[in-house]
Amino acid sequence: MLLIPCPYCGERPEVEFTHGGEAHLIRPSPPAQVDDETWTRFLYMRDNLKGVSAERWRHAHGCGQFFNALRDTTTDHFVAVYKRGQPKPP
Amino acid sequence: MPKQKFSAFSLISRGLSGQRGWQEQWRKPQPKPQYDALIVGGGGHGLGAAYYLAQEHGLTNIAVLEKGWIGGGNTGRNTTIIRSNYLFNESAALYDHSLKLWENLSAALNYNMMFSQRGVMMLAHTIHDIQVIKRHVHANRCNGVDNEWLEPEQAKAFCPLLNISDNIRYPVLGAALQRRGGTARHDAVAWGYARAADALGVDIIENCEVTGIRRDAHGAIEGVETTRGPIKSGKVGVSAAGHTSVVMAMAGVRVPLESFPLQALVSEPIKPIFPCVVMSNTIHAYISQSDKGELVIGAGTDAYISYTQRGALHINMHTLDAICELFPEFRRMRMLRNWGGIVDVTPDRSPIIGKTPVPGLYVNCGWGTGGFKATPGSAHLFAWTIARDEPHPINAPFNLERFRSGELIDEAAAAAVSH
Repeated sequence: MLLIPCPYCGERPEVEFTHGGEAHLIRPSPPAQVDDETWTRFLYMRDNLKGVSAERWRHAHGCGQFFNALRDTTTDHFVAVYKRGQPKPP
Repeated sequence: MPKQKFSAFSLISRGLSGQRGWQEQWRKPQPKPQYDALIVGGGGHGLGAAYYLAQEHGLTNIAVLEKGWIGGGNTGRNTTIIRSNYLFNESAALYDHSLKLWENLSAALNYNMMFSQRGVMMLAHTIHDIQVIKRHVHANRCNGVDNEWLEPEQAKAFCPLLNISDNIRYPVLGAALQRRGGTARHDAVAWGYARAADALGVDIIENCEVTGIRRDAHGAIEGVETTRGPIKSGKVGVSAAGHTSVVMAMAGVRVPLESFPLQALVSEPIKPIFPCVVMSNTIHAYISQSDKGELVIGAGTDAYISYTQRGALHINMHTLDAICELFPEFRRMRMLRNWGGIVDVTPDRSPIIGKTPVPGLYVNCGWGTGGFKATPGSAHLFAWTIARDEPHPINAPFNLERFRSGELIDEAAAAAVSH
C-alpha cells in the first residue's frame, strides 16, 4: 500500500485517498463554442505517462482536500505533492 | 518450415524414445531489414494477429517484435476466464466471435489449449444485481449468446461449494450461467500461435523493444527503431496492451487509455474441488481452479496509473474477504503467489481495434481487464484490419473515432468485476 504525503495532513495510507486521474486538465469554455476535437481531448485523451506524471488525488477519508502530486509511474514513488491551484513543480 | 504434428502417436513414440527428437517450436531469427508488416507486442493478441495475417491473408514476410519474451505480459498474467455474455450488440458479436474461434483453436493450431467449457457463473447479491443480470441474460439470448438465470439453489447445484445461506453480508440471490464459457491454458495460447505463425514463415523476434516509429514526409509509417536496429515496414500494428500509450506516443498519436495494475493470485494446489468459474461484480472477486490444482483468484484494478506490474495488498485482501464468505471451505487455504499485470483501460471499457490517424499504423488496445477471452477474435479481426486497411464489420464499431463522434460502446456500466 502506498504512503501518500497529503500536503495538509502528512503521510497517510493509500486507502484514505481517491485517485483523480491526470492533473492540469482544463475544462474548455464556453461549452457551446468548443469543437469536437477539443472536447475529445479534454474528456478522453490522456498522456498515460510512463515516468513522472502529474495527477490529482483527494484525501477523501481524511481532510477531504484535493491536491496534485508528481509520481513516477515506473516505481510508484511520490516525487512531490502540491496544493490545488499551484503550478506544476519543475 | 514444416512442423512436427503433435498427436497421441507422437507423444507415445517420443516418450518411448526418451523424449529425443522433438523440434524447436519456433525459430529465434535475427530481424531482417524490411518486412511487409510488423506487429509490436508478442502477447496472444499480437502473435495471433501474425498467425491470421499469414494464414488467411497470405502475408508471410512479417515479424512480431516483443520487448521481453512472448506471452510474458498480460497473456501470462491473467486468470484465463473466457466468456461472451456482454450486454451490447457490438460487444456480444465481438466476444462471441472470439468464443467460436476458441472452440476450434486447439485443432486449428495443432496445440492443446486445454480449453474447458466448464461454465461461467456470475452472482447477484442485490435487487439491482438481479435486474442487471436478467437484462444481460435477455440481451444475450436475443444475440444468440447462451446465458441463463439460476435461482440460488440451482447455482449451488452447479457449484456445490457456493455458500447460499442468507446470513452472510451479501447473500447470493441468484446467478447467470454461461455454459459455453470457461477457461484455457494461457501460455499455450502464446506458444500455439507462435508455433503456428512460425511454421508459416513469420519471424518472432524476442528481446526487441521498439524505441521509435519512423514516418515519411507525408506522415505515413516507414518503419520502427528497435533495440536491435531499425526495421522498415509500411504497416505497423500495435498490440502492446498496457504500453500502448507509450508506443503510440512515438508516432505522435494520443490514445484514450489509462494503464492500471491488475492483480491475481493463486493458492497452493489441491485436488479437483471447484467445477466452474464463479464471478461476482458486486463483491469484486472471481475464482476458478486450474488443471494444476491451484485456485486462481482475481481482483479489481488498483486505483492509480502505474507501469510497475505490482499492486497493493489491500486489493487482494478485499477479494479474499469476498472469496472466504462465498466459499467458507477455503478460509484456511494458503495463497502461493500473487502478481500484477498492466491493463490499458478505455473510458467506455470497450477495446479499440482499428486504423489510426497515421496511414499504415493500426492499433489493437483497450482490452482493460478482459483481454484474454478475446484473444483469437481480436487477433483475427486485427489481422483483417491490417491486411485490408479497413475494419471487419465486427470490429468497425470499435474504432478510435468513436471518442469524437460519441458512439461509445459503454460496457463500463455493464461489465464484470474491476471496471
